[in-house]
Amino acid sequence: MKVLVAVKRVVDHNVKVRAKADGSDVDLNNVKMAINPFCEIAVEEAVRLKEAGVASEIIAVSVGDKACQEQIRTALALGADRGIQIETEGAVEPLVVAKLLKGVVEKEQPQLVILGKQSIDGDNNQTGQMLGALANMGQGTFASEVKVDGDHVSVTREVDGGLQTVKLKLPAIVTTDLRLNEPRYASLPNIMKAKKKQLDVYTPADLGVEITSHLTQLRVEPPAERQAGIKVESVAQLVDKLKNEAKVI
Amino acid sequence: MSTLVIAEHDNSSLNGSTLNAVAAAQAMGADIDMLVAGANCGAVAEQAAAVPGIGKVLLADNAAYEHQLAENLGLLIAEVGANYDNIVAAATTSGKNTMPRVAALLNVAQISDILSVESADTFKRPVYAGNVIATVQTSDAKKVITVRTTAFDPAPAEGGSATIEAIDAVHDAGLSTFVGEEIAASDRPDLTAAPVVISGGRGMQNGENFKLLDGIADKLGAAIGASRAAVDAGFVPNDMQVGQTGKIVAPDLYIAVGISGAIQHLAGMKDSKVIVAINKDEDAPIFQVADYGLVADLFDALPELEAAL
Repeated sequence: MKVLVAVKRVVDHNVKVRAKADGSDVDLNNVKMAINPFCEIAVEEAVRLKEAGVASEIIAVSVGDKACQEQIRTALALGADRGIQIETEGAVEPLVVAKLLKGVVEKEQPQLVILGKQSIDGDNNQTGQMLGALANMGQGTFASEVKVDGDHVSVTREVDGGLQTVKLKLPAIVTTDLRLNEPRYASLPNIMKAKKKQLDVYTPADLGVEITSHLTQLRVEPPAERQAGIKVESVAQLVDKLKNEAKVI
Repeated sequence: MSTLVIAEHDNSSLNGSTLNAVAAAQAMGADIDMLVAGANCGAVAEQAAAVPGIGKVLLADNAAYEHQLAENLGLLIAEVGANYDNIVAAATTSGKNTMPRVAALLNVAQISDILSVESADTFKRPVYAGNVIATVQTSDAKKVITVRTTAFDPAPAEGGSATIEAIDAVHDAGLSTFVGEEIAASDRPDLTAAPVVISGGRGMQNGENFKLLDGIADKLGAAIGASRAAVDAGFVPNDMQVGQTGKIVAPDLYIAVGISGAIQHLAGMKDSKVIVAINKDEDAPIFQVADYGLVADLFDALPELEAAL
């Protein structure tokens, strides 16, 4: 079974991103970039499926400029077999990413496509679901457990209030949530090996997709700051303040 | 202009988050209809019809919609929504699951998690875990939108008398089936709707210690939450997570215990009316947003707090 994993290059999750003073965009000068954490979980899940003998080949795909090859190489070092970069410039909206991924799905015919549930830059939480609709596949979003069984996959999903399990006909989409697995670290020999793995580059035109833009970011700003309050000395004082000053208990 | 709000429900009662979505729809200034899709969900349609300001309630009552499977619901909403300018749902796990499919089927962008309506085509939404608020404008004639529920005060639930219209469209994509669910059985209020929330972080040290929060939660009628660090460490399940990648809450009182205050967590609770932080590290960032901070060892402070309430 072939598994396609989508990975995105994003600002490292430890970086505190700020709006530029003129509000035109966020300031991403010289910040550390990394693979989106949810995408890393997606790669790990694919690798585990391969180790369990369920997956036969893992293809890691990323949409972006040449720099995103770094994140594809990371996926290759973690255990993906080959990579595909879809060469684009600037920010690409989730709908377009989904169309590009659909092009790859048509070319490669994977049985399972695993993506992160959201990227930590745009926080859109859309691409997997959109791909599901465009490719007419079932989806198990926010997955905490994935079990492939013959021509179906069962996915346990993190939903408000608990867990839900759905059974999907393959080929299907899975988007990862935090508890699905704990990604491994790439070993040095695997990082070296990853450099020699095949990495193909496609243009959107190769996949028959036109890059369109539906949204314009007019400005960005920092969130409204909350004022720090006071420090209380004791539990008794805290209870008193909550009762008599804030009147919330 | 016309707006279709997607009702969130469990086939017997309308989920409160729908009223926040209605409030966002009202801010868009268009006529509002509501779609109730489910199975044997007539009672939900009646509750939806009682929401003031709803023109009509469209009721799609069929087994295919019983478990809100995104594959089936997406097709239905895309078909019904074709007649509307805006399609709006709360950004719950259900809304997040289904609405991008709708947007893709209609070939438009989705605008996720809006915080405000600036004009008919312009919205504010959080990006980068809430570190930055972006103002985005869409060029799509049809807008598919999910709503950050805590950013909109809920519309009233009673007083309206909308008509209920049954729609016959049955969409079963045949791609997915519901197997089962484990909804945490709890006497406590729902985390996203509770008036008081008490959350534990990494400082709780293990899952067992979360029991220290129980007695306080009982006395305050509070829901119990957790930081991502506590979830990542395996102390508690992910459905308790408050934060950008978990639940967004805005209770009257939020008590953060042993939580340092990573931006990821703040993004999920900083709209709470009153925030209390209990942490032994006096430099913890949580104190910068707390109305009342107590620098103390939580293992001393929690029993004392429980006794004092």
